[in-house]
Amino acid sequence: MILVFVEVRDGKVKKSSLEALSEGKRRADDLKQEANAVLVGHNLESLATEVLPYGASKVYVVENSLLSNYSAAGFAQALFSLVGEIKPEVILFSASSMGKDLAPRLAAKLGVSLASDCTRTIVKDGKLEVLRPIFAGKAFVTLSFKSSPIMATLRPNVFPLIDPGEKKGEVVKKEVVIPEDKIKAPVLEILREEGAEIDVTEAEIVVSGGRGMKGPENFDLLRDLTSLLPHSAVGASRSAVDAGWIDHQHQVGQTGKTVSPNLYVAFGISGAIQHLAGMSSSKFIVAVNKDPEASIFKVADFGVVGDLFQVIPHLKEELKKLASE
Amino acid sequence: MNIVVFVKRIPDTESKIRINHETGTIIEEGLNFVLNPYDEFAVEEALRLREAGGGKVTVLSVGGEESLVILKKCLAMGADEAFLLKDNTPETYDGLRMAKIIVRALEKKFSDYNLLFFGKQSVGADNAQVPSMVAEFLGLPQVNVVTKLEIEGTKGTAHREIEGALEKVSFSLPAVISAQKGLNEPRYETLKGIMMAKKKEIPMLTFEDLELNEEDIAPLLEVTKMESPPPRQAGKVIQEEPEAAAKKMVEYLHNEAKVI
Ligand SMILES: Cc1cc2nc3c(=O)[nH]c(=O)nc-3n(C[C@H](O)[C@H](O)[C@H](O)COP(=O)(O)OP(=O)(O)OC[C@H]3O[C@@H](n4cnc5c(N)ncnc54)[C@H](O)[C@@H]3O)c2cc1C
Ligand SMILES: Cc1cc2nc3c(=O)[nH]c(=O)nc-3n(C[C@H](O)[C@H](O)[C@H](O)COP(=O)(O)OP(=O)(O)OC[C@H]3O[C@@H](n4cnc5c(N)ncnc54)[C@H](O)[C@@H]3O)c2cc1C
Repeated sequence: MILVFVEVRDGKVKKSSLEALSEGKRRADDLKQEANAVLVGHNLESLATEVLPYGASKVYVVENSLLSNYSAAGFAQALFSLVGEIKPEVILFSASSMGKDLAPRLAAKLGVSLASDCTRTIVKDGKLEVLRPIFAGKAFVTLSFKSSPIMATLRPNVFPLIDPGEKKGEVVKKEVVIPEDKIKAPVLEILREEGAEIDVTEAEIVVSGGRGMKGPENFDLLRDLTSLLPHSAVGASRSAVDAGWIDHQHQVGQTGKTVSPNLYVAFGISGAIQHLAGMSSSKFIVAVNKDPEASIFKVADFGVVGDLFQVIPHLKEELKKLASE
Repeated sequence: MNIVVFVKRIPDTESKIRINHETGTIIEEGLNFVLNPYDEFAVEEALRLREAGGGKVTVLSVGGEESLVILKKCLAMGADEAFLLKDNTPETYDGLRMAKIIVRALEKKFSDYNLLFFGKQSVGADNAQVPSMVAEFLGLPQVNVVTKLEIEGTKGTAHREIEGALEKVSFSLPAVISAQKGLNEPRYETLKGIMMAKKKEIPMLTFEDLELNEEDIAPLLEVTKMESPPPRQAGKVIQEEPEAAAKKMVEYLHNEAKVI
């Protein structure tokens, strides 16, 4: 059985978890096994049925009132009890903030190794292997596992969702007993940056600005563009972040976030190696830069040599036209 | 307050990564190694806590003697003492192995601590595993990807970065913290610091000192292949009047790329 942890944030099932479940289902089919999902928390039953169409034969709902707020230690304890009972061969997570925090804690509890942030899963000789980037995508390794269960986290926005089918599976409720002292470092509250609806790692379109943006106020030009593009977010180069024009949350690159959206648009970004490391796995890259020699053009599918301040107003017009068609 | 900071040496982010396809490893020749930038935030935070409330900052790295350089840097920044735990096995990508080694070192040699500091991930392996695993093995609270930290007595609160937001977390000491950019601005080493660091000895520990057997820490992940990313083909680059350029760009995105 392949078990996939499905994360709930703000009362919603996280899309990247459904991507992980979709991938789990594909590999489960190859291995002639079941794919199952697990939700952890409190009062989740209604959400569990939303997960069923994504390939889960069973959706386990592990509940305890102590789990209403996330804590890695508490959630790992809850998953550990379930894993002991249902004994999956493979456990997958999304490499989201929660997945990256929780999966290693569970792996240590189970005494197994973990492959982080994988971008492909493969069945070889009847066993699961994974491909993952190292050095922010400057190289890739294929990893095979010598410990069981196999554990991996999967990078968001890489694995396609399966077409939601019928809700054929079943929801299985599990009450777990968790001693209160197992809840360590619980989340007290979530502080949200205003206007930051979608994170760059989750957006389907990322519109980024660099030093060529010239100042913080000009990032509004990019915010305007994202308001015309569905599921989009504003990104930035480190130079723009270091200049204080935009928060570090938006930094794309080797010491920022690694993104792989359908479309990455770079305005006034030169294409330094550290920046490329964070975005070259994007499906399409478009760049606007006034320097025809800029390195960003070496990776761009479509490049415009020109002044971004002149191009953006026309882009807005064209996008509005397209939307009204 | 006793703080142990775990630091690792990584190739600097400018590095072009070349692969030895015969051995399936990275060619280290010609790489310029530096202190993992996230570990630098961890060292800085430890020094600030000591400056505010007293105590001791100990820095530990697991690796070959090449790692002495980054330990010297930590001493020059102001760490009280630094240790190298000698590990000559090639890198393994196995966070579990590193966590087991670190846990044993803590139990045998550094059991008197209030906080354990890490980087949120080592640049390169990009695993982000070791801190959570160490926390689990020691039964400690963990707060990863921390951008703000406050300690009062035996209690702490921290902000940890998540998608588009921050989680405010409370915990009790001892605890495991992993540092994210934004936590602080690391200091530069002063000349005085560098001179002092030169005089300090960096004791070396071995696996025998920790009664650690190779089989206890055998890697459980195997690299079966290492490859370069498929090169990205450069596409079309146009140089036209802004209006025409914008039109062509949107046409391309809509008709050819089909992403909007
Ligand atoms: C340890 C380390 C880690 C790093 N990590 C990252 C990281 O995670 N992410 C990252 O991005 N960088 C990172 N960097 C920094 C990186 O090396 C570059 O300095 C940075 O990416 C450059 O940002 P930029 O492209 O915005 O600025 P620049 O390189 O200054 O480029 C600005 C570009 O804007 C163009 N331009 C200017 N005006 C206009 C205009 N009006 N219209 C159109 N184009 C215009 C210019 O032609 C130029 O190409 C890191 C560096 C180090 C040392
Ligand atoms: C140059 C280089 C080459 C590599 N080559 C290979 C290779 O050929 N084959 C292979 O299998 N693997 C290789 N690796 C990966 C290596 O094995 C990983 O270091 C290991 O998996 C530990 O995980 P991590 O560093 O990713 O830990 P993370 O969990 O990402 O690190 C988080 C934090 O843990 C602490 N930490 C991690 N490691 C240490 C340490 N050694 N000492 C002290 N503190 C530490 C630091 O605070 C760090 O910020 C290579 C890594 C590098 C940098």
